[in-house]
Amino acid sequence: MDINLTLIGQSIAMFVFVWFCMKFIWPVILAAIEERQEQIAAGLAAAEHGEQKLEQAKAEADDIVSNARTRATSILDQANSLANDIVAEGKSGGMKERERQLTAAKADIEQEANRAREELREQVSAIAVASAEKILQREIDAKTHQDILGKLAQEL
Amino acid sequence: MASEGGHSPQTSGEYIAHHLQNLQVCQSDGGEWIWNHCAGNPMTINVDSMFWSVFLGVIFIVLFRSAAKKSSAREPSRFQAAVEIIVDFVDGSVKDTFRGKSRLIAPLGLTIFVWVFLMNLMDLIPVDWIPMAAGWAGIKYMKVVPTTDVNVTFGMSIAVFFLILFYTVKNKGIGGFIAELTLHPIAPPLKGPGIIAAPFIISFNFILESVALIAKPVSLSLRLFGNMFAGELIFILIAMLGLWQLPLHFLWAIFHILIITLQAFIFMMLTIVYLSLASESH
Repeated sequence: MDINLTLIGQSIAMFVFVWFCMKFIWPVILAAIEERQEQIAAGLAAAEHGEQKLEQAKAEADDIVSNARTRATSILDQANSLANDIVAEGKSGGMKERERQLTAAKADIEQEANRAREELREQVSAIAVASAEKILQREIDAKTHQDILGKLAQEL
Repeated sequence: MASEGGHSPQTSGEYIAHHLQNLQVCQSDGGEWIWNHCAGNPMTINVDSMFWSVFLGVIFIVLFRSAAKKSSAREPSRFQAAVEIIVDFVDGSVKDTFRGKSRLIAPLGLTIFVWVFLMNLMDLIPVDWIPMAAGWAGIKYMKVVPTTDVNVTFGMSIAVFFLILFYTVKNKGIGGFIAELTLHPIAPPLKGPGIIAAPFIISFNFILESVALIAKPVSLSLRLFGNMFAGELIFILIAMLGLWQLPLHFLWAIFHILIITLQAFIFMMLTIVYLSLASESH
């Protein structure tokens, strides 16, 4: 366990190894590590950026969808009201037509009734004259009693 | 228990001593190379320590260089990711401690951490495997854990010590270095009648600060050496227990995994702390 020349040999060996490590090992490995750190940092920043963009795009998409939805609802509303209008219009048109036809039919009926009543009256007056002739059993001057007969017919 | 070379069976003491003996080579006075009879000769080289430490250092260099060569920022392989975990860990430790800018300190910390860890890791190889294999190959001694050799730990801590001196002088100048050694911790009176006391205070400071300075590499190396040497010794003792060594070895190895990592980390961390102290004025 004496101190001897090995000590100096070991010191020299150590300086050589340290020099080699300093020259050819440490800088290379550290450069790789640092480069990777930069890449990771850049990657993380890019990811964050992308996330922000995604968020923006999502918000935009939401806007677009909600716009479209409101527009769709308004279109639907319009269409509904239009349909209602059309139906209402159709309904009122039908009512008018019905009324018109109803009145026409009523007028027809009235006219017919009047005509029938007139006819009936003439027939009744004719029957009355004939029955009066029969009752009197005599010739009545139709011309002289024309006014009486007329009045009778009028009263019937 | 391994018996070596077919001689008479070893005693326990011989077994332990054999395991703690480095493979040494030195030059005799006559210029001859002598193996293993070098006690007391300062021109000795512990061949096994040098071989294993350089071998493990080369493994570190090759592994990390291959990871660095193939490193890509986009698609790191698993191996690269593992290397990056270590690099990042060292880088974080350096950044937490060292405020200044230095191209040296972080790679120094990485080298120390991984290299010391690998050298400590040799402790987990069962203590007889490599010495026995070496014995078959005709190599008499083989101590495989370089950090159980005090020369190795001192070699590293003295390298760190010179870096401390270099950084102190570089950042504070020669004057700053001398001032740091002499004007702390007691500020000497440089004016007025008290100036008579200044030489005493300065020499007192100098002794104190020199001890503090020298203590840095000494404690750095002895801490690592002591831990690893003690751990190795316990492995050797366990290896003499016959069948009982199996569970005990297992338990101690698990515990030792913590120690080898911790000691590698402490060596690295203290190196960074010392160098950052050398670079900062306080």
